[in-house]
Order: sequence, then structure tokens, then C-alpha cells
Amino acid sequence: MLTRRIIPCLDIHDKVVTKGVKFQNNVEMGDPVELAAKYYEEGCDELVFYDITASAERRPIDIEMVQEVAKAVRIPFAVGGGISNLADMERVLLAGAEKVSVNSLAVRNPDIIAQGAKAFGNQCIVLGMDPLAVEDRVKCPSGYEITVRGFREHTGMDALEWARRAVDLGVGEIVVNSVDADGTREGFEIGLTGMIADNVGVPVVASGGAGNPQHLADVFNEAHADAAIIAGMIHSGDYTIPQIKEALIEVGIPIRQRW
Amino acid sequence: MIAIIDYRAGNLTSVNLAFEALGIEATITDSPEVVLNAERVVFPGVGAARAAMDNLAELGLVDTIKTVVARGTPFLGICVGMQILLDHSDENDGVNCLGLVSGNVSRFAPTDPYDKVPHMGWNRVRKCKQHPVFDGIENDSEFYFVHSYYPSPVDWACVLGITDYAGITFSSAIVQDNLVATQFHPEKSGSSGLRLLKNFTEWTPA
Repeated sequence: MLTRRIIPCLDIHDKVVTKGVKFQNNVEMGDPVELAAKYYEEGCDELVFYDITASAERRPIDIEMVQEVAKAVRIPFAVGGGISNLADMERVLLAGAEKVSVNSLAVRNPDIIAQGAKAFGNQCIVLGMDPLAVEDRVKCPSGYEITVRGFREHTGMDALEWARRAVDLGVGEIVVNSVDADGTREGFEIGLTGMIADNVGVPVVASGGAGNPQHLADVFNEAHADAAIIAGMIHSGDYTIPQIKEALIEVGIPIRQRW
Repeated sequence: MIAIIDYRAGNLTSVNLAFEALGIEATITDSPEVVLNAERVVFPGVGAARAAMDNLAELGLVDTIKTVVARGTPFLGICVGMQILLDHSDENDGVNCLGLVSGNVSRFAPTDPYDKVPHMGWNRVRKCKQHPVFDGIENDSEFYFVHSYYPSPVDWACVLGITDYAGITFSSAIVQDNLVATQFHPEKSGSSGLRLLKNFTEWTPA
């Protein structure tokens, strides 16, 4: 049976892992390569790195860091945040990343998904999306609007329509990062995650709101997420990956047990 | 020396880094001559079957692969590098492959909508028989998979390991004389994957 993936997320700011609430008030959490190696040793299933400032300040991704991570871990990892074209994607993949995550770039230029999928394969291209609950059901029939650039900018795009379109264009996976739940550690946004997972044929990764192992169990059971991103709950030391895995195994979630 | 065949069908960085982590020297190459002279050959692959076959033909590597396999060089196929060892793949409206192992490659057709394609993530491999490349690896260990098509070898005797997904049980590892192949990515499968790669480098086919 395919196991549910647990994916620590490392937001990088000036070569340091940070964590904030809704992209605000970031606190430093440590060295990205050291943290990656630690979580790998503890049995995480995959890793994701976002150069959170790359998008806001339009800086390119730190390739040297990607290379260092690739040397330190023997599991897949995704990189996102500063990808602005096909050449950036190639540099990140050749540095040893398994996947690239596109978010704002894909909103501005959806064709980059098709180009990336054609050049590197669908499995390499991840769509990151930051949907925000909205009242306007005429503009956004699903009840969620896509935001970009660290939630600062509204796009007027419906989240579900965008997810479907991105799959048609060739993304191999979708990370659904709830703007409302991000950084709260009060649980994933089940309704939003489930709506996307129920309506696309590619794996869906839940993101935003993980605070305890039960939150992961809920999003796997109720929203059919294929994977869940965690950050603050492990960066803070409140939980370790083995503790989370043990708790999930206890409630019957299929989890990778040997590493 | 281990030759990692570069046939422009995907990213070889991870395979190379895995051997580096093991302290084993490997060379990424697209040269038939280097492959012919290698002690062992790794045939990785990400991407589509047709592009893989076209690139092999263009680089003059089809006969090279057939030659090294026929003369007993230990050979490891990974992912698409496993699939195109078979006779035929249904990918890209049908592609004739290398035909070194009898069988066909088909697309997953899940009946459960929550069985997503690609099959992406960590899944268990049940060992069907003992083999040196699986030494020290427990039964039902998880390995990292990412693929939409799966191999169906005709001869079950060649099946080393099986995996369940999308309502079927498929061959996730095979062996035929000096040739082993895995549908999963040992280079991205943590310590179990490293162990398999190490076992491969120490394996002397009977």
C-alpha cells in the first residue's frame, strides 16, 4: 500500500530557515542543510524548500544550497520560490532536486507548466497554490480565490478551476497551502484540501496549519490528502518525526516505517 | 568502474550522488566505448519511453546495452530504465523497447479515484525470492516510486519483488541472469535504497 508522506517544509530567508504566521513575523529556526539532514535521519519522507524572499524580492534560488541538500539527503525534495523560467527549473533539478514548485510564476505564465512538464516530465512539476476563502461565489464558485506573492496579491482566479487547469497543463502534484490556516498550528483546512483532492487525478499535498499528529490523521482520512507538509510543529521541537509517525501508525494510517 | 548511462532521459545527479555517498566511483557517460569497458552498468531513467528509445538509438547505445547484457556485465535498470528493457510499452501510443526481458509496460488504470496517477511516494516491496541485491533489506521495506506505467514481465520466475497499487500487484523488481531492474528509485530511497545500490556493486552474477 502506498504510504502517506510527511514532508517538512523549510522556508529559507538569507540562508536561514524561518517560520512565521501567514508569512509575517518570521523567526529563525536554523541552518537549512543541517535541518534537512536531521529530518532525513529521523525518517521524513520528502522535503520542500521555499526561498520565501526570492519571490518577494525577485532574487534567484540559492543553487549552492540545493547542491548541499542533495549531498546530505537520499530522499526526494522539492524547491520553490525563486523559479522564473525553464532555465531556473533545469538548474534546480540538475543540482539534485526531484521537483520544482511553481506558484506565482504559473499564475503569471501558465504555459510554464506545460513547458516544464514537457522538458522534465510531469512528476517534476509541482503547483503550489495559496487559496483564500472568499464570499464572492460568482467570481470564485469554489469559494476560494488564488493569492500570490506571499498572500499579498489577489488574482481573481478560482482555486478549483486553477487546479484543474494546472493538471491539464501537466503538473504532477498540487500543494494546497491554506492562507487562513498557515502558521496557526490549529489544523489543516480540511474542506479546501478535500475539495481539490476529490477533483484532480494527481496527488495532493496538504499545507498550512499542522500543529499535532491528529491534524495529519484528519487531513489524510477526511480530505484524502496524499501527503502533508509540517513546519512549526517540528522546527519548534514540540514534536519529532518519529513521534508523529508513531501516532499516525497507531490510528491506522499507512506510514513508511523503515528508513 | 561503474558507468551510469546518460541517454538524455532524465536527471542523473541523484544516482551519481548516491554512489558518491557510498564512496563508490561512478561515471556518467553517453559513450558506447566507456559503457562497453565498464565493470558494471547502471541504466537510470526518468521521462517517457519514446524519448528514451529515440535517444538511445541516436547515441548508438542500443547495441551497446544489448552487448553488455549478453556478455554478463552486472546491469541495473531503474524506473524507465527498467521499463524499456521489456518488449513494448503502451506509453506514447505504443513504443517497441529493447526486448531484453519478455513482457509489456501498461498504464495504471485505477478504479478508486483516490489512487492517483502518477503512483508517487513510498510503497512496500514484498520479496518473492532471495537475491544478493536484497541482502540486508527487510521484507516489505518501503522504496520511493514515481511512475504512471508499470512493467508486466511474462515470466514470473524473473520477479524479485512485488508492490500493490491501484488495484493491482505489479513487479517492482526483476532479475534475469546478470540483469536486475527496479521500478522504484533506490537512489532516493534512504538507507534501504543505498543498501541495494551497495549490494549491486558487490554482486557477482552466477
